[in-house]
Amino acid sequence: MKVIAIAIILLTGGLLIYGVEDMPGWGDPDSPASSHVSPKYIKEALGKTATPNMVTAVLGDYRGYDTMGETAVIFTAGIGCILMLRKKRKGEGD
Amino acid sequence: MTIKRTVNMTKQSDDVIVKTLSRLLIPFMQIYALYVIAHGHYSPGGGFQGGVILGASLILLAITYGLDNALRMMSERLNTILCSLGVFIYAGIGLLCIMLGGNYLDYGALDKILHVDIAHARSLGILGIETGVGIAVMAVMASIFLDISTGGLPSTKERDQSD
Amino acid sequence: MLEYIISKYNFWVYVILLLIGLYAMVGKKNLVKKLIGMNIFQSAVILFYVSIGVKKGGATVPIFLGNAHAAHGHGHAIIDVASYINPLPHVLMLTAIVVSIATTGVALAVLILIFRRYKTLELDEIMKIRKETGV
Repeated sequence: MKVIAIAIILLTGGLLIYGVEDMPGWGDPDSPASSHVSPKYIKEALGKTATPNMVTAVLGDYRGYDTMGETAVIFTAGIGCILMLRKKRKGEGD
Repeated sequence: MTIKRTVNMTKQSDDVIVKTLSRLLIPFMQIYALYVIAHGHYSPGGGFQGGVILGASLILLAITYGLDNALRMMSERLNTILCSLGVFIYAGIGLLCIMLGGNYLDYGALDKILHVDIAHARSLGILGIETGVGIAVMAVMASIFLDISTGGLPSTKERDQSD
Repeated sequence: MLEYIISKYNFWVYVILLLIGLYAMVGKKNLVKKLIGMNIFQSAVILFYVSIGVKKGGATVPIFLGNAHAAHGHGHAIIDVASYINPLPHVLMLTAIVVSIATTGVALAVLILIFRRYKTLELDEIMKIRKETGV
């Protein structure tokens, strides 16, 4: 069992280390993640939403659907905990 | 085979220092959480962070003053209502934008009822949804903690009967 | 070799952290240890995303500095992209952290149900009980 686990770890680790070679360097301002939509967010967030904190502007406005989905996920987790653990009271339901 | 509960969180803590400190800390924690939510436009913060701090203050209340006292302030029913209310505020603001002639969650349409320019209407729309997120996160954190720490039977009387 | 590692050392650290989490998920038999492994795994992913957003050369946190009301008037031409780090990974991870707490809560609830039924959290003992009783 332990041998299989270590084999899986080494295989995954090897693949990931192989993939590191193609990643951009530490703090590269021209990395793909920082050059696609992010400059647009930084330039336009203040003028379009009057919100100096760009994280809040992107979270609430540009990616509002995404955040609503996350809120729904948290709500579902809370309801799931209630449904799994909470027992019925005597006199409520059957 | 019966499961013995070794940690009894339903009773109050006996330690004077813990109780006094948490009594002093909890109001400041809650004020700070409201500040984090309301000031999220100008400093690091927002609904998720402020909601977690609010939930942490409720959890601190539950582990120092006992679950029964915590449930008296924040009952299960109120908790469930608040966690639905948070999502409802978020989705409701989105629907309000449709009713005012915009797209879903396009807060620019809110300028018709807020009487400010479009950029500030967007800012206020973000504040509205952050409030909803904060309420939902606070209620979910508190309800997950209460459910897991009691195993689903919140009041002491019911737990004594079931054991 | 050492220079090669140092040039992208952040990714190496996250790969190691991720492998620790993966080992706990695959190799350990206790279900709580598997859950802790899942949390370490999530931490590795979160740190990886946050490190993508870093920009060298004097970039600060993605909050507009200075008088917001004065700058709001004359548009967005004065904002320099290179002086703020990438806000997008921060946004994604902000929600991911809260969601990971919520999933941990659900996982703990499932573990409580498993413990109530089998009176143990060791995976091999649970499998033995399932084989004996046929449930």
